[in-house]
Amino acid sequence: MGLTYQSTGQLTTREMFDAKSDNCDYIIALAGNPNTGKSTVFNALTGLRQHTGNWPGKTVQRAEGNYIYKSHRYRLIDLPGTYSLLSNSADEEVARDFICFARPDATIVVLDATCLERNLNLALQVMEITNKVVVCVNLIDEARRKKIQVDAAKLSERLGVPVVSTAARSNEGLPRLIELVSDVASKRVCPKPQPVSYSKDLEEAIARLEPRVRDVIGKDINPRWLTLRLLDGDTRLLQAIENHLNAGRTAPVVHGRRRDYSNGA
Amino acid sequence: MAHKTLTPLLEEAQKIAGPHQGQFRDSIVTGIYRTAEQIAGDVVSHTSTKRQDLDRQIDNIITSPVWGFPVMFGVLAVVFWVTIAGANVPSGILATGLFWIEARLTDLFMALNTPGWLHGFLVLGVYRSLAWVISVMLPPMAIFFPLFTLLEDLGYLPRVAFNLDHFFHKAGAHGKQALTMSMGFGCNAAGIIACRIIESPRERLIATLTNNFVPCNGRFPTLIALVSIFIAGSVSLSLSSAVATLAVAGLVVFGIAVTLSISWLLSKTILRGEPSSFTLELPPYRKPLVGQVLVRSVLDRTIFVLSRAIVIAAPAGGLIWILANTTVGDASVLSILAGWLDPLARFMGLDGFILLAFILGLPANEIVLPILIMSYVCGGAMTELASLTDLRHLLVDQHGWTWLTALCTMVFSLCHWPCGTTLFTIQREQHNWRWTLLAAMIPTTVGVIICMLINNLVRAIGLV
Repeated sequence: MGLTYQSTGQLTTREMFDAKSDNCDYIIALAGNPNTGKSTVFNALTGLRQHTGNWPGKTVQRAEGNYIYKSHRYRLIDLPGTYSLLSNSADEEVARDFICFARPDATIVVLDATCLERNLNLALQVMEITNKVVVCVNLIDEARRKKIQVDAAKLSERLGVPVVSTAARSNEGLPRLIELVSDVASKRVCPKPQPVSYSKDLEEAIARLEPRVRDVIGKDINPRWLTLRLLDGDTRLLQAIENHLNAGRTAPVVHGRRRDYSNGA
Repeated sequence: MAHKTLTPLLEEAQKIAGPHQGQFRDSIVTGIYRTAEQIAGDVVSHTSTKRQDLDRQIDNIITSPVWGFPVMFGVLAVVFWVTIAGANVPSGILATGLFWIEARLTDLFMALNTPGWLHGFLVLGVYRSLAWVISVMLPPMAIFFPLFTLLEDLGYLPRVAFNLDHFFHKAGAHGKQALTMSMGFGCNAAGIIACRIIESPRERLIATLTNNFVPCNGRFPTLIALVSIFIAGSVSLSLSSAVATLAVAGLVVFGIAVTLSISWLLSKTILRGEPSSFTLELPPYRKPLVGQVLVRSVLDRTIFVLSRAIVIAAPAGGLIWILANTTVGDASVLSILAGWLDPLARFMGLDGFILLAFILGLPANEIVLPILIMSYVCGGAMTELASLTDLRHLLVDQHGWTWLTALCTMVFSLCHWPCGTTLFTIQREQHNWRWTLLAAMIPTTVGVIICMLINNLVRAIGLV
C-alpha cells in the first residue's frame, strides 16, 4: 500500500528520467551555469551520437549522447543550465532531481573560468547531493586572454573533487576530463567533497537532526543534504523525495542493470 | 512493505529550528556564497582587467538607452545591405544557368517526342518552380545566414534582448519574449518551442501568439528578393541597394512594433496579468569561429531551408501547372480561384494571384513567391524568364504591380497566418486548438486591416 510506483503516477527511479541503462556502462550527468560552454563540452564528447527530446512531464529540453572510452560505453545527459539548485523553477528541479534520484555514476559540473566565483555556487550545491563530481573549469582560453589564472590543483584540493581545466572549443583538456570521469564512475577514485560550513546556529541544528535522518533514510540520499532541506522546509522537494524512497522499494528496475542501493552513494 | 515517510523528520526539524526556521534559508544561501567567494579568492588571480573593461565599454554603448537602438538599426541595416547588394549578381547568374538548362530539357523532351502535358508538368511546372526557388532564394540565404550566425556567435543577440526587455515589460509581457522573438527571426516554429523558457503560462501564451510577427528564414529571402527585384531599376542603380536595405530594416522594425502592440493588447484583454521579472546574463563577447560559422550556417540553415523549399515547391509547382492548364469553360482553374479572391485582395492592395499564393503557401512560407511567379507565368504568354529584370517586367508591366502592391505584399507576408509547421508546433505546445486558431487569426486580422489601411490611404491621397 502507500505511494507506489503506479499509484503516484510518478516514476522516481532512473526510468523516470528515461535514463535507460540497458546498453551503456555508466551514466554521466552534465551540469553547469548557462553560457559556460556546457553544450560545447557535450558536443565535443558525444559528437553526432546524440539525440534530443523533452524531460518526461516537463517542457524542458533535454539532450543525451554516448561516447566510448576504453571499451566502456558512457551515456552523457545534458542537464538544463542553471545558476543554483535551490529554487523550484522547472529547470532547477529537473537538474536537482536527476542528480539526486537518477544517481548518475558521475556528474560533470562545467564552470566558466572567467567568472569562477558565481559558478562555484552551483558546484558546491551539486557536491552536497553527490560526491561523484568532476569539476571542469571551461573557457580557460578566454580566461587566459583576459589574464585570469585559475589554479586547478588548488581548486581540486579545496573542493575535494577532481578538477580539470578545459577549452572545449579547441578540445583542450577534454581527454583528461574523460579520464577523470572514468576514474570517478568506475570508483577507482572516490572524491570526498569538503562540506560547506554554515553559521553556528545552522551547524548545531544539523548536528542534532542528521543522526536521526541517517537512521530513517539510510544512505540512499546524502543525509547532510536532506537534513538541510528538512531544516529549510522545502516541502515540494521533500514530497518528491518521499515518492522516490517508496518508488525505489516497489518499482522493479526495468532496464537491465540493477542499482545496488545498499552500497550507498 | 512499509511506506517511508519524512513527516516525523520534518516535524522534528521544525522543532529544532524553532524560531530560526526563517533564518535558515538565508544561512544556507550565505554559507554557499561565502564558501564560493573564499575558494575563488584563493584559486583565481588576475594580472589585468583591461579586456573586461573593454567588454564593459562596448556594452555601455550598445546597450545604452541613447545609442542602443541606433546601433541595433545600423547593424541590421549593414547585414541587409550586404545581403541585398551581394545577392543580385549570383541570382542573375543562377537564373541564366538554370533557364538555359530548362531550354535544353525542352529540346530533350521534343527529341524524345514526349506528350505535351508531360513536358508541361515536369519542365514548366516542377523544374521551373525549382529553378525559381534556387535562383531567387539561394544567394540571399547563403549571404544572410552566415552573417546572422556571426552576430549570434559574437554575443550580440543577448544585447538585443536586453535593449528590448524594457519594452516587453511595458507591454505587460515577459522580458524573455525578446529572446523568443529573436529566435523567431530564425524560424517561428523554433521560436515557439523557445517560449518554454517563459515560466508563466500567461506570458508564454502572449509570446506564442505574437511570435509570427517577425520574419523567419522562409520569409526573409522572400522579402529581400521582392525588395531587390522591385526596387532595383526603379531608382538609379547606386541608390537601389540603399533604399532596399532601408525597406527591409524598416519592415523588421515594423514587425517588432506590431509584436509589442499586440502583446500589450493581449495583456490588457484576454491575457491580463502582471509581468514577472527575470535575470538576463550578458555573456562576454567571444571571437566567432569563422570556419564553424560558415559550415554551420550553410549546412544547418541554408541547405535545410532550401531543401525544405525544394521538397515542397516541386509538387506545388506541378500542382500549379495543372491548375493553370485545367480549364473550366474558357478560364483555367487557377484564374477562376484567383478571380474569386480578387475583390478582397484588391481592397488590400494585392491581387487575386498574390492572395492565392499566400494560401497555397501554407505548408511553407518559402514557396509563396515561387508559387506567385509560377501562376503568373503559367497564365501569361511568357514562357521563359532569363533574368531578374525579366521578372520585374513580368510583375510591373504584365501584372500592373506598383510600389504599393509590393509594399502590401511585404506587409501581408509579415502579418498573416503562420506556416503549417508553426501551427502544428503551437498545437503541440499548447494542446488547445482554440489557441492555435487564435494564433492564426490574430496575425491574419492584423495583416488584412493594415493592408487595407495602407492601400486606401495611399489611394485616397493619390500617391499611386
